[in-house]
Amino acid sequence: MIKRLFAYIGQYKKYVISCIFLMTFDVLCEMMMPFLMAKIVDVGIPQKDIAFIARVGGLMIVLALAAIGFGVLNMRFSANASQGFAANIRRALFDKVQSFSFSNIDYFSTASLVTRLTNDVTQIQIMLLMSLRILLRAPLMLITACFFAMSINLKLSSIILIAIPALVISIYFIIRSAEHLFSTMQQRLDSLNNTVRENLIAIRVVKAFVREGYEKLKFKKVNDAFTRAAINAGYLISLVMPVMLFILNFTTITVIWFGGKMVSTGTMGTGELIGFISYIMQILTSTMIFSMVFILYARAEASAQRIVEVLDAKVDIVDKPALPEGGIAPSVSSGKVEFKDVYFRYGNSANSNGFNNKKGKDVLSDITFNIESGEIVGIIGGTGSGKTSLISLIPRLYDVTSGQVLVDGTDVRDYNLKTLRKGIGIVLQSNVLFSGTIRENLLWGNENATQEEIEEAARNAQAHDFIMNFPDGYDTVLGQAGVNLSGGQKQRLCIARALIKKPHILILDDSTSAVDVATEAKIMESFNKNLKEATIIIISQRISSIKEADKIIVLDDGKISGIGKHEMLYESNIIYREIYDTQQGGLIL
Amino acid sequence: MEENKKVYGAGMRRGGGGGRGVRSFEKPKNLRGTIAKILKYLGKSKFLVAVIVICLLVSAISALAGSYFLKPLINNYIIPGDFKGLALALLFLGIIYLVGAIAAFLQSRFTVKMAQTTTNIIRRDLFDKMQSLELRYFDSHTHGELMSRFTNDVDNVQLMLDHSLTQLISSTLTLIGTVTMMIILSPILFIITAIVLVIMILISMKIASKSRYYFKNQQEILGELNGYIEESISGLKEIKVFNHEEHAKKAFNRINEKFRVTAANANFLAGIIMPIMGNLNNICYAATAVFGGILILMNRFDVGSLAAFLQYSRHIGQPINQITAQVNNIMAALAGAERIFEVMEQKPEVDNGNITLVNARRTPDGNLEECEERTGLWAWKHPKDNGELTHTELKGDVRFFDVYFEYEPGVPVLRDVSLYAKPGQKIAFVGSTGAGKTTITNLINRFYDVNEGKILYDGINIIDIKKADLRRSLAMVLQDTHLFTGTVIDNIRYGRLDATDEECINAAKIASADSFISRLPHGYHTVIRGDGGNLSQGERQLIAIARAAVASPPVMILDEATSSIDTHTERLIEKGMDALMAGRTVFVIAHRLSTVRNANAIIVIEHGQIIERGSHEELLALKGRYYQLCTGQIELE
Repeated sequence: MIKRLFAYIGQYKKYVISCIFLMTFDVLCEMMMPFLMAKIVDVGIPQKDIAFIARVGGLMIVLALAAIGFGVLNMRFSANASQGFAANIRRALFDKVQSFSFSNIDYFSTASLVTRLTNDVTQIQIMLLMSLRILLRAPLMLITACFFAMSINLKLSSIILIAIPALVISIYFIIRSAEHLFSTMQQRLDSLNNTVRENLIAIRVVKAFVREGYEKLKFKKVNDAFTRAAINAGYLISLVMPVMLFILNFTTITVIWFGGKMVSTGTMGTGELIGFISYIMQILTSTMIFSMVFILYARAEASAQRIVEVLDAKVDIVDKPALPEGGIAPSVSSGKVEFKDVYFRYGNSANSNGFNNKKGKDVLSDITFNIESGEIVGIIGGTGSGKTSLISLIPRLYDVTSGQVLVDGTDVRDYNLKTLRKGIGIVLQSNVLFSGTIRENLLWGNENATQEEIEEAARNAQAHDFIMNFPDGYDTVLGQAGVNLSGGQKQRLCIARALIKKPHILILDDSTSAVDVATEAKIMESFNKNLKEATIIIISQRISSIKEADKIIVLDDGKISGIGKHEMLYESNIIYREIYDTQQGGLIL
Repeated sequence: MEENKKVYGAGMRRGGGGGRGVRSFEKPKNLRGTIAKILKYLGKSKFLVAVIVICLLVSAISALAGSYFLKPLINNYIIPGDFKGLALALLFLGIIYLVGAIAAFLQSRFTVKMAQTTTNIIRRDLFDKMQSLELRYFDSHTHGELMSRFTNDVDNVQLMLDHSLTQLISSTLTLIGTVTMMIILSPILFIITAIVLVIMILISMKIASKSRYYFKNQQEILGELNGYIEESISGLKEIKVFNHEEHAKKAFNRINEKFRVTAANANFLAGIIMPIMGNLNNICYAATAVFGGILILMNRFDVGSLAAFLQYSRHIGQPINQITAQVNNIMAALAGAERIFEVMEQKPEVDNGNITLVNARRTPDGNLEECEERTGLWAWKHPKDNGELTHTELKGDVRFFDVYFEYEPGVPVLRDVSLYAKPGQKIAFVGSTGAGKTTITNLINRFYDVNEGKILYDGINIIDIKKADLRRSLAMVLQDTHLFTGTVIDNIRYGRLDATDEECINAAKIASADSFISRLPHGYHTVIRGDGGNLSQGERQLIAIARAAVASPPVMILDEATSSIDTHTERLIEKGMDALMAGRTVFVIAHRLSTVRNANAIIVIEHGQIIERGSHEELLALKGRYYQLCTGQIELE
């Protein structure tokens, strides 16, 4: 997976290559040190050649200064490379996510997408940064140190053949057995955090039911379970350092023993022995670091996997590759909507949701109806009867499972997605506004809207007056630092935002639930007066909102139970009459 | 969206690298106090700490001795060619190393134990404390903020105990030992080392202060970037509906690019210290070799000593780097610890009441008698000053007398509220958002305490009732439904922990939740995750109602409990609840006429004051605010 991501290094590849070169020079400079030192001890001192000593010493200092230069440059390039790499991946992810269909979004869930764009990308960035700074150094160090050690004394170097395998094998075993201990620890940590989070969110429930003691006990259990797992993992890891030290130090002792013999027989210089010991240390530490590379990569691998999953996700709602015959792209012009034998179920796309109780069951079945342009249509039905699913099919937020949805006589799948959605204004249930000013939010509907157009839309949505009551009017900043809106105000802004689009079809999904009856009536009135041309489809829990509609569609368990005007439905439709009677013509607020 | 923030916050936690790879530069405000509190926690594992310090000492000495040994080895045995002596000396060296390795092993094992048990206790104390805090605290602190006490802050403390402290101690010991040994070996050569050391320290201080600035900068832009990602992904459906993808991409690119540049600078400065320190160390090494060589030529030094000295000087940079890094980590950890202790020092909920709630039964002479089993009859148990106990029947009579309440000083939410609810009555509160309806119910169960006035419950001032017992006598279904990870039936049982499966299913039937629950993949044993995210809002409300129904308490408070449930289902629930709550008091907050019209009394609240009270018909006849509300003549906002 990591390999796949490397393609995203793009324009920053040059930094990676420079880093490898710089690191090579840096390592060479550093590795020369013990070698040159050996020359001072073995050549300079016995020959009492102060000039030689000074020359070699000077060379060492020059090399060290050069190494600083290489090192600092390496830091610069590795920072550029890793952050550039991360920025490229983030961008690719963001672009991909922007192309997602609603089913894709449902499949991944918002929280998990956010984690992938933030945390997982950071993991990958750290992986590259560490690689370019420390980890790739290790093999370079290993090779050069081996080379120098062998050039000092080939025979003595054979000790490496025992020491390195011993080190690698012991590290391997410790890490292998640590793996599952760490995954247990991680799982328990997750449930620990989950318990805390739930308690924070639901603190009122805990207090209302006097469950503090129960929760404390629950927490103690998960806390202790985590601690046990953490101690187990920690115990194993505490073996690493002593084992390393043991192998390192006993290698040194062996080197001194055999090397000492060689020195006294004159086959090796004292300085060479000291230098050799330095190299052996270097070799073993590099081996250790090198083994750590695998741990780091294994961790990054998990993140890479999660990133690639997003990048590879199949977007199930896309434009048709070619225009239909005739070559003229269709566009929404009058607002006629037609459903023909529509069946729909969630999660039948390539990415099916793991847990979705709606899956596998038709949410809508046998839906056929006609809406003429300029009509106002109400949709009513119980919780889970399929109202939202039904209207989602019009702007092609989801695709039908079978049957056809036609807008202005053309199957929605034959439209260019952008053109289709441009013609349709929809106010979703979630009512999300973005940080920024009220004006900026409204301009989402049409970025070129004039102040008059903005105000007109706001007036039609009954939002103008409360907006003007804010000190900054349309420039009032929304969100955490700014003004907080009530539910009803938010809904009215969302309606205004959709109105600025001047859509041919306007869809309101329970968008006035928090608006009081009187204001809602005013909104309806202005729709009637000022949006004569547009087709308006309204989902509502309140019968008062839709009573006056040209057509009311009563949905029950995914099927149409009745279509018609209020009077007619009240006469003939049991469900409708029951809803009407329970509401007695109104709700408070 | 708030939800996502929390999840995301937790996700950041094990980013590990995010926090640990880049240094943070935090400092506690009260260093001493915080250290003292940490020490108190460590006091519980005094013995372990002592053993750890001894082990650290032994392993540091072993390492130092090992390096020093090069001198006698070379001078006394290798150069003269005394192999018997060399073998003996190496054996001795081996023992030193072995002891060192064992000490290192014991030290890290004990450290793991000490750190984990200590953080376990800290976490538990923190959680227990959290459970006892008053709601005002949760109002003024975000979930993310409290969550990060448990994650980042405890993590940092753990890192400090587990790693930083031992590293700091062993590095300090190594540094002192190395310097001492160097001075013993050759004071002249040490001067060279000392000069380089001073330069190293100065440079590292300079760089640290500079990178602090860049780090802060990076964090700010990171916040902006993550904020944008979160917002645009949370609102992704809106973006799609408005064809706003290209705008979002453009805006994202701008922030992404800005972050790339800043982060690269911060990374650069944070990393720069490594090659500089490492190579200054090499320069020191070179200078030592040259001057050592010259000293040997002048016969003022020997080869063995030079070898040992070089070993020391090659590694002197390490402890210095370690010390600076660990001091930073420790400061960050202490800053985290300070925040943890701040939470622990918050004042808990006040609970001075001594009147408790007990199950009761009626004795033949008509008096109340305390009993173990659940009888459906409850009594308030008053301990009197003279040691006597009296029992008063719990009836559910709630009265407010001139209650005045404010969340923030100077902003009254309720003013002069007086009301009564007689046992068995259904009382509905009606009024616009923010009028104070929920606040009234929050005062009854003492989520908050009144500022002025009093609330009597069966004639007892509620501040005299033990909080837990007061709340046990009331079941609440709140506006926002929250469920816990676990099965559906466990979530229902939350209302009464000793309820049988059958009782839970019955409660679900009362709440009309049975039919949708049986359609879930595993029925009542379907596991709910992430606050019930896989259920619809309406379904969650049904479970919450079942949870309250299983508690079957004398008084029930329903706060917009059916707002996301269709009117048909609501009517079914109402029937079930009416049967369950017959003769008991129910408070209802709702904005649906259908929900409130059957109430015995409807109380209309506006701007924190009661303006009307009466039955549906009475209020309509009054042609006041309620009438206007019902007929939709006025706008409330």
